[in-house]
Formats: sequence, C-alpha cells, structure tokens
Amino acid sequence: MTTQSLGITVDHLSVAYSNARLALYNVNCIVQPGSITALVGPNGGGKSTLFKSIMGFLKPGQGRVHISGYSPQMAQKRQLMAYVPQADEVDWDFPVSVYDVVMMGRYGYMNLLRIPSATDKRLVMESLERVGLSEFCRRQIGELSGGQKKRAFLARALAQQGKVILLDEPFTGVDIKTEKRMIDLLMQLRDEGHTILVSTHDLPSIATFCDRVVLINQTVLASGSTEDTLTEENLVMTFGGLPAASLSQQRAA
Amino acid sequence: MMEAIAAWLIEPLQYGFLVKALWVSAFVGLVCAVLSCYITLKGWSLMGDAVSHAVVPGVVVAYALGLPFAVGAFLFGFGATVAIGYVKAKTRLKEDAVIGVVFTGFFAFGIVLSTKIPSNIDLFHILFGNVLGISQQDIVQTLIAGITTLVIILVRRRDLLLFCFDPNHAKAIGLNVQMMYYTLLLVLALTIVTALQTAGIILVVAMLVTPGATAYLLSDRFDHMLMISVAVSLLSCVFGTYMSYHLDVSTGGSIVVLMTVLFVLAMVFAPKYGMVVQRRRQPSDLLE
Repeated sequence: MTTQSLGITVDHLSVAYSNARLALYNVNCIVQPGSITALVGPNGGGKSTLFKSIMGFLKPGQGRVHISGYSPQMAQKRQLMAYVPQADEVDWDFPVSVYDVVMMGRYGYMNLLRIPSATDKRLVMESLERVGLSEFCRRQIGELSGGQKKRAFLARALAQQGKVILLDEPFTGVDIKTEKRMIDLLMQLRDEGHTILVSTHDLPSIATFCDRVVLINQTVLASGSTEDTLTEENLVMTFGGLPAASLSQQRAA
Repeated sequence: MMEAIAAWLIEPLQYGFLVKALWVSAFVGLVCAVLSCYITLKGWSLMGDAVSHAVVPGVVVAYALGLPFAVGAFLFGFGATVAIGYVKAKTRLKEDAVIGVVFTGFFAFGIVLSTKIPSNIDLFHILFGNVLGISQQDIVQTLIAGITTLVIILVRRRDLLLFCFDPNHAKAIGLNVQMMYYTLLLVLALTIVTALQTAGIILVVAMLVTPGATAYLLSDRFDHMLMISVAVSLLSCVFGTYMSYHLDVSTGGSIVVLMTVLFVLAMVFAPKYGMVVQRRRQPSDLLE
C-alpha cells in the first residue's frame, strides 16, 4: 500500500439525487493522511453529499471512495472512520447521558449484547477527560451548552479510535473560546496521526488550523495547501461569482 | 372504607375468567410498555397504528385456514411494514402518506374478507378486544408472542436504542442498520399480536405509545423511563380490567382511558417537564 492510498481518496465520483439532478460530478480529491483538510463550498454545493459518500451512506453512481485503501463499507467494519454530526442532526431531548453517547463509540468493538469491557469503560473515561467533560458525564445530553455538546460527540469519535475523523460544520453555534479549544484538540489529534476532514463555513478560521483545503461546488474547483488554495479568486469561483467581501458580510448577518 | 376497597379488589377474584383476564392483561401491559419506550423515541406511533390495522386480513385468513390467529396476524402485520418500506423506496412519497395508503388498504381488504369468508370470528372482538372471554389457546399464543418480544428486546436493547438515537453513527461503525430496522418492526408486529386479544386493533396503538410517552415526560434516563412506562402500563391494565368488570364496560377502553388519565397527570404535574412547573419557572431558576 502506498502512502497515497492512506487518508481518503475520491476517484471520479458522481452522485445523482433521486430526482435525477446531479449532486456531485466527477469529483477527484485526496485527503492526505495526518492532515487537517477543510471542505468548503456553498450550501447545496455537494459538501454533505461528499461526506455521505465517504462515510458509505450513499452509493456512488460512478467512481470510488477509499479510506486508508479500503472501501467505505470495509472501513466502517474496521472502525477506521468516526463521524461528528451537525448539531441539528441530533435529538437533544433523547434520554441518554453524555457517558452513554460516548460509549456508543465503542459498540463496534463489542459482541452482539454490547456489554462494555473494562477497556471500553477506560477509553470512554479517557475520551471524556480529553475533551474536558468528565464532570458532566452523567448529564442528559440536552443539558450541555452548545460547545459541550460538540465536545461530547468529539469524545465519541475519540472513543471509537477512528484514524479518520469527519466533522460536519463543527463550529456553528459555538463561541470563540470553545472553537479555539476544539481547534487545539484537532491539531493535537492530527499530530498523533489522525486524518481530519472538516466541512465548514468559517472561512477566517481555516487558515489558522487547516493544512489543506478542498473547494467544492458540484465538482472540485480547487484543492491543495491552504495558502495556495484559499485565494479570493478561487472563493469567488466556488461561491458563484459573489465577491469575497460580500461573503463575509453574508456570514456576519 | 378500607374494607370496601378490599372487597372491590378481592370479590372479583372468585371468578376464574377474571383472574385470567387480569394476569393476561398485566402481561400484555408489560410487553407493550417496554416496546412503547422505543416507539415513542423513534417516532413510530403511526407505524404502530398501521401494523395493528394491517393484521386484520391475516386474522381472517388464519381462521379460515384453521391456523393460529397469531400466525396470520404476524405475517400480515410484518408484511405491511415491508410493503411500506418498498413503496417508500420506489416512490417520491413521504413516509406518512405511504403508511396511510398501505395500512388502510390492508385493513379494508381484511374487512372485505371477514364479510365474505364464512367463519365464527366476531369482527367486533378483533376491533375492540375481548380479554374477558379469552380462550386457553389464545392465551398460549399471546404468551409465545409476548415472551419472544421480550427476549428479542432484552438481547438487542442497546442496538435498538442506538438505532432510535443515531442510525448514522450505527452505520458509520459498521453495524447492520437494516437489521436493526427490521428487528424493531419485528418486535412491533409481535407486540401487536400479543395485545390483539386485550386491547383490540383500534386501541392497541394507545398501549404502544401512551406508557412510553408518559414516562418520557417524567424522566431523562432511559432505564428510569422503562420502569415508569412499565409501572404506568401495569397499573392501567390491572385497574382497567377491574373497572371493566365492576362497571360492565369495555376492558380495552377502560385500560386506555386510565392510561390517558395518567398521561394527562404527567403532562400537567411532571416535576421537570410538567405544565405547572414550566409556568411557574422563572428565568432565575435556571441559573446554575
């Protein structure tokens, strides 16, 4: 296996919606192992479709996705990928505690009865410790603040010990302090060898922690190092001709 | 006063049919209560309603062929859920429309059959239940379906909860979500078969939703929710059966009326999510 096949490779991927409209057309990109890569594009530009294809939730019409050289289905079975969902995908009134949620990260390692072993319990506590939620572990998930909620799901990803972590809009509704704290943690994880893909709208913060950027609108318009890729010209192209200045205004609104 | 209550409770126990009705409905209440927690959390009450109506043709066919009613009911109930999944995958319709079309279709077919196929089944008993007149053979079927349900839920309880909470994560960690989906549908169909004789088709959905919904208003932890749900359901089933004997009213109806009363009490007086507390709560109470 070459180093090229580690990380995530997306090869000539096309996906159609059920109404026969193309969501993604001929997407080619590489998420380098041990990097933090930002996935940037307009709403409806296919970011979440690409996420779902990488996670193996969608069958591609054409093309392939590999995670560390494995198909998404094999990668799922091998616990290679962890997914941190958007806040609005979660039912915060559900009667589970923070500890229960993080323990769900371990289910793939357990037998059919899902009875946690000592190792499972230890890893859950360590993951909670790492995101700073140990003292809140008995709380029902809805009783956490916005930032704590994000960290709880990040702890679940840590407990799962996936090499590849996908985060969908992790900074929406999070204050600056929490964002900083999560970024620090993501950078630590990268330095430990995790591959991290973040879909985000938060353009200013990208340069502070992302090594690479993939710009997407139906297809990949540009990708490469943050410095080379996150240019005004590329952003204008990606967001459909809107000047970057109006973009930042739009975000502030 | 105490004597009157004791008499109210003890006097009916001299009748074998009532003792039988009491423990059968308590057992049915237990099974329904456990499942209702999952159904409430998954938002599947309409699915429960659908399955319960869809069993009618199965019951009629089973009687006509001399098979146990539970077999026919189960096959048609589970078959309806498969049909719903199929139609949803093949059309652009939303799930509630698909459920509405499929279950009423099954139900209507059952009514047509029951009026055409000569048999000694009483449509009224299928629709409204008849636990006071339950036969030995029907008790055996109820027990088999109910115990199977409880065992499946007990063994798969963590996966079912994960499925209700976050099916995407279940997929991402390589678990078989399709199987979880069908497991929950399977226990739903089995529970409805279990409850058929007690509550009847029309009211079974109440037993599948109300205890779980009541418990949800009273608890933030799943194991507490489960215990409260079982307590609410057992209480309603036992006292509902007594009420139906003393007042000479429908058993299924009494049980569901009691459940609904308990639900309303929880809705108004629940310590954290009740209307009284919500109204009195000041913003300053929420400061930590």
